[in-house]
Amino acid sequence: MHEALLVMKKDLRLEWRSKVGIGQVLPFSLLVVLLFAFALDPERGVLERVTSGLFWVVVLFSSVLTIERAFSVEANDGIFDALRLSGMAPAAIYAGKVAALTVQLLAIEAVLAVAVAVFYDTTFRGPVLTIGVAVIATLGIAGAGAVYGAIAAKLRSGSTLLPLLLLPLLAPVLICATRGFEVALGREAGPGWPWAALLGIFSAVYLTLGALLFRPLLEDA
Amino acid sequence: MTVDNNTPTRTATATPGGPTTTDAPGAGGPTSTSSTATRVLGIISLVGIVALFVFGLVLSPPDAQLGETVRILYMHVPTVSTAYLAFVITAVASVMYLWKRTEFWDLLAASSAEIGVLFFALTILNGMLWGKITWGVFWRWEPRLTTTAVLMLTYIGYLAVRQIPNDTRTRGTISAVIGIMAIINIPITHKAVDWWRGLHQEKTIFGTVNPEMRGLQLFSAYLGLTVFLVLFAWLLIHRFRVAWLAERAADVGVDAAIAERRAERPADVVAGPTQIEGGAS
Repeated sequence: MHEALLVMKKDLRLEWRSKVGIGQVLPFSLLVVLLFAFALDPERGVLERVTSGLFWVVVLFSSVLTIERAFSVEANDGIFDALRLSGMAPAAIYAGKVAALTVQLLAIEAVLAVAVAVFYDTTFRGPVLTIGVAVIATLGIAGAGAVYGAIAAKLRSGSTLLPLLLLPLLAPVLICATRGFEVALGREAGPGWPWAALLGIFSAVYLTLGALLFRPLLEDA
Repeated sequence: MTVDNNTPTRTATATPGGPTTTDAPGAGGPTSTSSTATRVLGIISLVGIVALFVFGLVLSPPDAQLGETVRILYMHVPTVSTAYLAFVITAVASVMYLWKRTEFWDLLAASSAEIGVLFFALTILNGMLWGKITWGVFWRWEPRLTTTAVLMLTYIGYLAVRQIPNDTRTRGTISAVIGIMAIINIPITHKAVDWWRGLHQEKTIFGTVNPEMRGLQLFSAYLGLTVFLVLFAWLLIHRFRVAWLAERAADVGVDAAIAERRAERPADVVAGPTQIEGGAS
């Protein structure tokens, strides 16, 4: 637990100093929000109807960039070996990476939510459900992303492979998060919590497997 | 002097067919892609495919509801079932690789995934043909269809990772992790799909053998399943052997290249080892 916190703090400090997330990923995600307006004519009300889906697609794209960044800093200068030599448990390192990713992605999502509210004229009606779905989905994205980020960092053409590997895996998260948000936005009737529960199952499975598989990835790959 | 001692041992490992790795069970492994067992399997699957043609296209009656399109099912259900089986084998072999660390499990996982992708592509293709006849379009945004396509891309990613040159252990570990992560998505994705369009989603006929089938239709359905399972086993064994021999060829290739380079300087060896040592240092 303590070790995980150390890794998380290290990652967040790195991000705070380099400002890659704020300076590059966040503007990119805002750009995609605007590009969708060109692709889907806002005059015909398409944007309003598909807001929640667009939101999560943007989050997925941004997460690929964030994850790539979080692990390419480790791959340079042999930091993976340094992490191994530090004697920390691989599961703790994994937990730290996931926590740092979650914090960064949630920050991006918060800004995106404001952007969507302004540009797409969206009102979030269920704040608890919105935040619940966002947090659980983000944990799942970070949980699977940390595993694939570590893989991509070890492969020669990893940065181009990361989206191909990660995005199909996260398709169910996209489904559940989109549906959950549709309820939260009042576009769909019915309870939203089953979606949050389903997301919880995905996230729990990804996190468990990630914690187990991070050791062979760190030590043998 | 060290060079003289090394040369015979190097050339000894370079003899073709000689076991160069000892970490695999049954070291040595196959020396050819065919054996009596696979020839029998091959004959059974070829005869089976012909029989499936006869039963599926000629002898069995058209369905009361689906009409002639029911015949696509005799191929569609087997290909999709076999593909899922292949992915399960990949996952199990991946777990075994992380545990046992032998080349056997790594290559088995890879071979199975490759055939799985092939069968999955066939499934989507014949499903699209069915869709064109039944729905009038090749592709409908039907949940099961969409997740199937996404799942195939997952395994294309797996195969893409294996294409990247890497040392065997790194490649094995990374692909094993992907093989495991990919399979857990199958059951939960199916769960999610049931909820995607609400709980009242119409039941698709594809994916299960229709319980109302009788007589020759039912027989054709099970014949198809059997034939494709045998075909899968046949292809899997061959693909595994090719992969195994390709690894051996790579080893032998390096050893042969070394031996060749050494053979290029017999004059130096004759002239005396002192010269070689001087040249090497």
